[in-house]
Amino acid sequence: MRRIVTWLLSTVSALVLLFSYHTSTSSSMPVSAQAPTTPGPTGSSSDSGTDGGTDAGTGSDSGSGSAGTFTGDAVMTRFGAVQVQITVADGSITKSVVTQVPWTDRRDQEINSRAVPILNSEVLSAQSANIDMVGGATFTSQGYIQSLQSAIDQAGL
Amino acid sequence: MGMPISIHVRSSDPDHELVDRAVAAAYAELVRVDQWYSTYREDSWVSRVRCGELALGSCPPEVQDVAAQCARAQEATGGAFTPWLPDPDGVVRFDPTGLVKGWAIDRAGQQLAGLPGAAWSVNAGGDVLVGRHRHVPPTGADAAPWRIGIEDPRRPGTIATVVPVTTGGVATSGTAARGAHLYDPRTGQWVGRAGSTTVVGPTLVEADIWATALFVGDADTARRFAQAASSCSAFSL
Repeated sequence: MRRIVTWLLSTVSALVLLFSYHTSTSSSMPVSAQAPTTPGPTGSSSDSGTDGGTDAGTGSDSGSGSAGTFTGDAVMTRFGAVQVQITVADGSITKSVVTQVPWTDRRDQEINSRAVPILNSEVLSAQSANIDMVGGATFTSQGYIQSLQSAIDQAGL
Repeated sequence: MGMPISIHVRSSDPDHELVDRAVAAAYAELVRVDQWYSTYREDSWVSRVRCGELALGSCPPEVQDVAAQCARAQEATGGAFTPWLPDPDGVVRFDPTGLVKGWAIDRAGQQLAGLPGAAWSVNAGGDVLVGRHRHVPPTGADAAPWRIGIEDPRRPGTIATVVPVTTGGVATSGTAARGAHLYDPRTGQWVGRAGSTTVVGPTLVEADIWATALFVGDADTARRFAQAASSCSAFSL
């Protein structure tokens, strides 16, 4: 039986940080996650954020009407410095750009805005408007999370 | 694992409570995997093995299975993919992160696979996994594949090419984001060459392993890829 599917124009999307971000009054360690009841290592730090840090514009634990661009600290990683800049509107992060990337060979290379895959496809200076998401060399970095946390703290989220 | 992960769901009723629950379950699984496998967490099973506190054989079966997958990947890629990597002090230790990265997303996707009438995608810092409910057609007018733009490794923020996918993983290995972080075990050097390699495959774990292997590897690796990963395709930028 053929199932006819109609796509709604709006897609549900939620930008969620793997590690729930929390206010600066929490512990200094920026990396934490809620501890579910699965068996495993003990002593996992828990945080006061929402479940999984969902940030789909609900504004549940964000500051009132935070808006603007906030640049986190440049954090040294073993491969070089990482720095993250976020754009905030109405208490939600709408854009996230890496302004410094570790690039040990090419310090003189001009790094334009590095689009971190995110909700808003207009972030990309893409030739084609018809792209759903961006793939690329994976951005995984402790330094990234620390810089992002610093930007979030400045934004008062 | 410290990366931003976004999940997109397309369906005729994206606000349905089932969607919320499935997405929450997907993230919960990612958090759990991170707790068990992250090398940045002192109390993860992997960290405890790395520092010698615990033997692999004393870890849960799932952890041992992941280690076995790493060993198989190392063999299949002729060593171009390896879970034995130098730590910040240069001491070679067990690090399954390169495999766990894609494997975790595959597991998260399993939480979404049951959503009726839905197609979904998970983007984990550049690695993308897409899928759809088995009743949603992969071809034809209703197919609506996910169009994945692959970033030009030499010009961050711009798109080099677009890969349309309805089911499967798209993994890219390269140095554009993190500098020379890919290890070539044969030379003992971190690979810092420019460019990137993208692999499209049925699962993200497989795509990830081969993207890494092909980026650091050579013609022999490419030959192994052609034989061992017949349902994957690859290209380099």
